[in-house]
Amino acid sequence: MTLPAPAIAIRRLCKSYGQTEVLHGIDLEIARGATTCLIGPSGSGKSTLLRCIAFLEEATSGTILVNGQPLGFEEQADGRRRRLPQARIREVRSGIGMVFQQFNLWPHMTALGNVTEALVTVQGLSRREAGERGMAQLRRVGLEARARHYPSELSGGQQQRVAIARALALEPKILLFDEPTASLDPELTGEVLNVMRDLGDEGMTMVVVTHEIGFAATVGQRIVFLDHGRVLLNGPPAELFAPPRHPRLTQFLETYLDRGAAMLLKPA
Amino acid sequence: MSFDLAVVVAALPAILAGLQVTLGIWLAALALGIGLGFAVAALRHFGPGPLGLALRLAVEVLRGTPFLIQIFLLYFGGPFVGIRLDPVPAGLLGLSVYAAAYFSEIFRAGFVAVPRGHVEAAQCVGLSRAQIVRRILVPEMTMLVLPQCVNMAVILVKETAILSIIAVPEATAVISALGSQQYAFVESLFLLALIYWLLVEACGWAGRALERRLSKFRFA
Ligand SMILES: Nc1ncnc2c1ncn2[C@@H]1O[C@H](COP(=O)(O)OP(=O)(O)OP(=O)(O)O)[C@@H](O)[C@H]1O
Ligand SMILES: [Mg+2]
Repeated sequence: MTLPAPAIAIRRLCKSYGQTEVLHGIDLEIARGATTCLIGPSGSGKSTLLRCIAFLEEATSGTILVNGQPLGFEEQADGRRRRLPQARIREVRSGIGMVFQQFNLWPHMTALGNVTEALVTVQGLSRREAGERGMAQLRRVGLEARARHYPSELSGGQQQRVAIARALALEPKILLFDEPTASLDPELTGEVLNVMRDLGDEGMTMVVVTHEIGFAATVGQRIVFLDHGRVLLNGPPAELFAPPRHPRLTQFLETYLDRGAAMLLKPA
Repeated sequence: MSFDLAVVVAALPAILAGLQVTLGIWLAALALGIGLGFAVAALRHFGPGPLGLALRLAVEVLRGTPFLIQIFLLYFGGPFVGIRLDPVPAGLLGLSVYAAAYFSEIFRAGFVAVPRGHVEAAQCVGLSRAQIVRRILVPEMTMLVLPQCVNMAVILVKETAILSIIAVPEATAVISALGSQQYAFVESLFLLALIYWLLVEACGWAGRALERRLSKFRFA
């Protein structure tokens, strides 16, 4: 019996900024159809790892396979890396969507314009067809009625949902989230987390960097705990969060009591 | 001293002709300055290093010297290096290049001010470099730099007065000449001040109207 190929396979990934190495040989497989939550202290390298997967950063060494295809670089027989042609890079990247902490909607386009931009500009769809597909995605995040609004006319939670719809419009196999609720008012985080929860239920492969420990523990099927640029722990939440816990994780959870970690630390 | 309106009325055709030259040179220099300034900013932002350095030097020199000296050099010094231009083309060229230097700085700052994340979001959905410039950077930058562009347009309309010294028949040259012929210095200067002020006000008004129309595109 062969195990299903992982959606993302990361091998010995290192990333340096100048002289400083911030990721020290990450080995990690992201299961298909599951929600993986990346947690860890500030500066542990969560964003850097996610940005490497989105190819917004180029890893210094190591490889990333996305749906079995090498991302950006290919390891040659002699062990050296070769940069792949731009077309190959784009093709592999098109299977990945990204949602940012700061939403990063384009302010000069409406919600629908943001969602359809790549459909028209990159995929060459007609405005009508792109509009229909864009509306379907906005409906999915509950924002059909806000299609003609500009980002400045939307609340933070609505903006983030538009950003999710924008990523979904290209029908990616994998969605990456970097602290999608971190710049939202507490009362707005729920609507975004609910959309993400629904996506998870629909079987989307998601990698979520989050400080929402409650969300990670309930929606995450897999928790990866990063510490000082290394994967320290990797497992299902029930295993990871249950005592006996790794002391670093306990220490980390104690700083996030208000984000749902209190529940996990409560003595049974 | 009394303000003699009759003098002004009698000279109206000449005044209007001068005004037309002022307006024409101003708008043409504005358009050329914006176009050239944008090209310089784009080359400095995206082009190869040595070219960027050369352009930077040119911009520094143009911004670091008075326009009066530049236009003198172009008009009176030009013939020594084979650039022989009539007053109007010389004035237009000089003013456009001068404006381009300032506009290029405005646009360069604009390119830098577009949040990196907006570009990254575009990369993530597969836009190419050229598409990102066209669809994201330029429109976003336009909104950011609009107030400074209006400001530059205002400065430029006033700089056209300097072209009178190379005998460009624009408003200042025409009206001050009339003033000395008719012994109406004060009237002519007053009229000139009024004309430039009205142009500046109109420009500011147009700029604000445009900004209002674009305000809903502002950064959230
Ligand atoms: N562009 C950069 N240049 C230099 N150093 C960087 C850069 N980006 C990140 N770093 C460094 O890399 C390390 C990991 O940063 P990263 O942003 O990945 O952490 P993080 O786990 O996402 O933290 P946080 O929870 O605060 O978002 C940090 O020490 C950071 O200072
Ligand atoms: Mg981060």
